Amino acid sequence: MSDTTGIFIDVEISAEAAGDAELARRLEEVCPVDIYKDEGGRVGVVRENLDECVLCELCVEAAPPGAVKVKKLYDGTTLER
Amino acid sequence: MRFYEFEARQIVERAGIPVTKYGFVTDAAEARKVAADIGGPTVIKSQVLTGGRMKAGGVKFADTPEEAEAHAADILELEIGGHMPKGVLVDPKAQVKQEYYASVVWDGTEKRPMLLFSDMGGIDIEEVAETHPDHVGRAHFSNLIPFSDYQAKQVVAQTGVTGRQLTRIVPILTRLARVFQDGDMTLAEINPLAELEDGSFVALDAHMEMENEARPRQKKLLADLGIGDEETREGHEPTPFEEAVAAIDAADHRGVIQGKDTGFHGNLGLVIGAGGGSLTLTDAVRSQGGKPANYSEIGGNPSVAKACGLAKEVLQKDGVEKIAVMMSIVSNTRVDIVARGVIKACLELGKDPAETIAVFRIPGAWEEEGAKILSKYGVEFNDRTTSMWDAAGEAVEKIPS
Repeated sequence: MSDTTGIFIDVEISAEAAGDAELARRLEEVCPVDIYKDEGGRVGVVRENLDECVLCELCVEAAPPGAVKVKKLYDGTTLER
Repeated sequence: MRFYEFEARQIVERAGIPVTKYGFVTDAAEARKVAADIGGPTVIKSQVLTGGRMKAGGVKFADTPEEAEAHAADILELEIGGHMPKGVLVDPKAQVKQEYYASVVWDGTEKRPMLLFSDMGGIDIEEVAETHPDHVGRAHFSNLIPFSDYQAKQVVAQTGVTGRQLTRIVPILTRLARVFQDGDMTLAEINPLAELEDGSFVALDAHMEMENEARPRQKKLLADLGIGDEETREGHEPTPFEEAVAAIDAADHRGVIQGKDTGFHGNLGLVIGAGGGSLTLTDAVRSQGGKPANYSEIGGNPSVAKACGLAKEVLQKDGVEKIAVMMSIVSNTRVDIVARGVIKACLELGKDPAETIAVFRIPGAWEEEGAKILSKYGVEFNDRTTSMWDAAGEAVEKIPS
């Protein structure tokens, strides 16, 4: 899932993780800048908030390995585990 | 923030400094009642937060309560310097034997308050200081330790005032200094401090200005004076730029931005802040021939949206050709967040960041990430090895004269 309006940041949620209701709840809870939203048990991305990402990696840590990737569009690197 | 004269009177009165029997009113009929209560000739004074009242016809003398009512009616309708009066002060026309001047002012260079006294009151102290310097006494004092009578005595004695007058004036000056210290004032002025025919002393007019940042500490004083949080007491009406920046700031709790452009007409937009950096950088730009289009302050780690919003407002000001993004050294505010904000502002306005950002000099937290962002858009990052002076000079050089 990659449908971004961010200039600097994009996030990628694996297809498997996108439908994980528990993950959706957790991501909404941990993100300090409201990039994630629990959309009825699915992981939603609030695209207008993408550029507010503070690179804290809490979302990456809260998700199973490979489920969430934070991409820095300005240098091509990715935060993941 | 500034106080109206009637509020300044209350402040000095609360401090135990004698004042005349005055009344603040908001309609002409009340003025008549106060004048009748005072008895004898009165002075009707417009209550506006601007100077030039006398010249504008905002101060009139009345011999009877009827005349006081008529003058009050006129003055209440009179706009002075773009300000409508909050009301009028009805004051007895005092029988003055001699006028003196007393003030405490914050000396930003010395970073200490200074007590000023003159035995030539009722006129501008600047004029007295120029034409009769021997009639002005002055001394700095500590804002940390209580003010003592002997300090006031030394200042008054510099003007040659002695004897009974000296003895009576000293406690008034001491109380004024304490008003300044306790009230977080930047200016506490009594002009004139009058010696009446009976030998007593009264504050005939007072002017007080308080440090804006002290408002939370001075809640009780402000509440006692009936001044609400909504009263900003700015010296001018906010410009559209200032209103827009304030709205952006209010809409997002993250960080703080401020923007002022009253009196600025230049072509270099400033997105500046951090730890005194705003003043230093504005001065550095001006000292090197630059013409700032605005003054701003960023702090407290604002969101990208907030930094972007400020930069967009600056960029959209008439005459702005480029912006300089400069701060001293940031610790809380993140370099990369500000970088994102200003780049985004350029892009959303269809401008090339490399052409629009004259200089970006923000050393500190997350500067490596900030440098990467800027590099992607062709903007050079300046770290702390570039001084604030040099960064300002570079910005000025890039603006066509």
